[in-house]
Amino acid sequence: MAVPQLLVHEKKDTVGVVVIEGLKAGTDMLCVVTADNSSFKLKAKMDVPIGHKIALVDIKKGDTIWKYGQDIGIAKAKIAKGAHLHVHNVKTKRW
Amino acid sequence: MARKKIKSKSKANDKAKKSVPAKSNGQSPSFWGWRRENDRVGVRNHVIILPLDDLSNAACEAVANNIKGTLALPHAYGRLQFGEDLELFFRTLIGTGANPNVAAVVVIGIEDQWTKRVVDGIKKTGKPVVGFGIEGTGDLMTIAQASRAAKDFLQWASELQREECDISELWVSTKCGESDTTTGLASCPTVGNMYDKLIPQGIYGVFGETSEITGAEHLAKARAANKKVGEKWMKVWQAYENEVIQAHKTNDLSDSQPTKGNIAGGLTTIEEKALGNLEKIGRECKYIDVLAPAEAPRKGPGLYYMDTSSAAAECVTLMAAAGYAVHTFPTGQGNVIGNPIVPVIKITGNPRTVRTMSEHVDVDVSGILRRNLTIPRAGDALIEMIVRTANGRLTAAEALGHREYVMTKLYRSA
Repeated sequence: MAVPQLLVHEKKDTVGVVVIEGLKAGTDMLCVVTADNSSFKLKAKMDVPIGHKIALVDIKKGDTIWKYGQDIGIAKAKIAKGAHLHVHNVKTKRW
Repeated sequence: MARKKIKSKSKANDKAKKSVPAKSNGQSPSFWGWRRENDRVGVRNHVIILPLDDLSNAACEAVANNIKGTLALPHAYGRLQFGEDLELFFRTLIGTGANPNVAAVVVIGIEDQWTKRVVDGIKKTGKPVVGFGIEGTGDLMTIAQASRAAKDFLQWASELQREECDISELWVSTKCGESDTTTGLASCPTVGNMYDKLIPQGIYGVFGETSEITGAEHLAKARAANKKVGEKWMKVWQAYENEVIQAHKTNDLSDSQPTKGNIAGGLTTIEEKALGNLEKIGRECKYIDVLAPAEAPRKGPGLYYMDTSSAAAECVTLMAAAGYAVHTFPTGQGNVIGNPIVPVIKITGNPRTVRTMSEHVDVDVSGILRRNLTIPRAGDALIEMIVRTANGRLTAAEALGHREYVMTKLYRSA
């Protein structure tokens, strides 16, 4: 299998993790879902560092973010599909 | 537990030369360890010089300087502690001396009574231990007397031989640090796969980090062996939430959980961090009991939960004090922690960390991110490294001199 740029834990997830260094905006990423080895393509909207997350769908402010098939927090702002998703636009529901 | 004694010295030497890989044919791997007086098996043969208190660090370090090959374990506490905090302190000190990786112990304290309490606690294992009090004697005479005892212990320990032991006699702990999103994808599932394979073979395992389960407490509770253990776990987590978070928070924990390192690595929320953390217990394992900090497991082989801080050195110190002999430590951004008596095996899946901090990495599982290494194969590689480490291979942290020995403090001293 070709080396993927983005890994996604579960089908249900709305985010994936960049797994290569130096990902550039405009890259047509190979995305692999680790749970079932299925794959799809997604265009990165911006440069995103390794380990950081990219939205797989258009996310509205207030939407729950899903990773590992679980709730990992809430969107503080609108996040476009293919955009960087991190502490600037997502926060915990715990505190 | 199956045990194999050394049949002959030549056979022992032949076997010791090659590493023992994890067998895929169902036969369990073995390792070479030191069987102690209480039948526990250690993978290191340290003679430690253990200070009762901060005031005795100088004398302990002088003894370790006199007697080459002994190891002083300086720490910051031991004065005017009381109640549960004092009990935890004694449990940690005594547990450190009792750990099977330790052959013999010299204890030095400012006064005789608490020194004797530590000596008596360690003595229950049957290993050689002796204590010295500084008051009325002074540092110099104490150092002279303790150095003679340390020399005798060291020469005695240097003649002890390893014997072949079944993998079931190995106690393996885990805790991750400087986590990022790659730990949840690669290094933590590697540890989980190892536990899924070795727990059924009869090893003792342990995981902890109460604060970092926040956000996945429902999943952690569901991994208890039965309802009673699950309730016990929930009580521990709730106590942390009430007595630590709610009692001490100024605004929220956003500035410390996730840590700055975690955030730089791409982790956004405590929930996300907790879900990655829990990957360390694999798919099949259920924990059979919930331990207090530094409490030795008493319910037989299996996976345990220990109520610990998520600070790496504190957590590993507590697990070592409970008797665990090898530690597996997944890291993403590159935590460099070690422990004075327990080898800490670093596992990382982050290719940037492999590139920039290779001297700290024992097991590179970054192939999981490139999809050319499966998690079961990564688990096998970790088992092989655990066996090699048990057999004597120094970990990166040991070679680099990382000996972090840190007490967990529950509240202010009197």
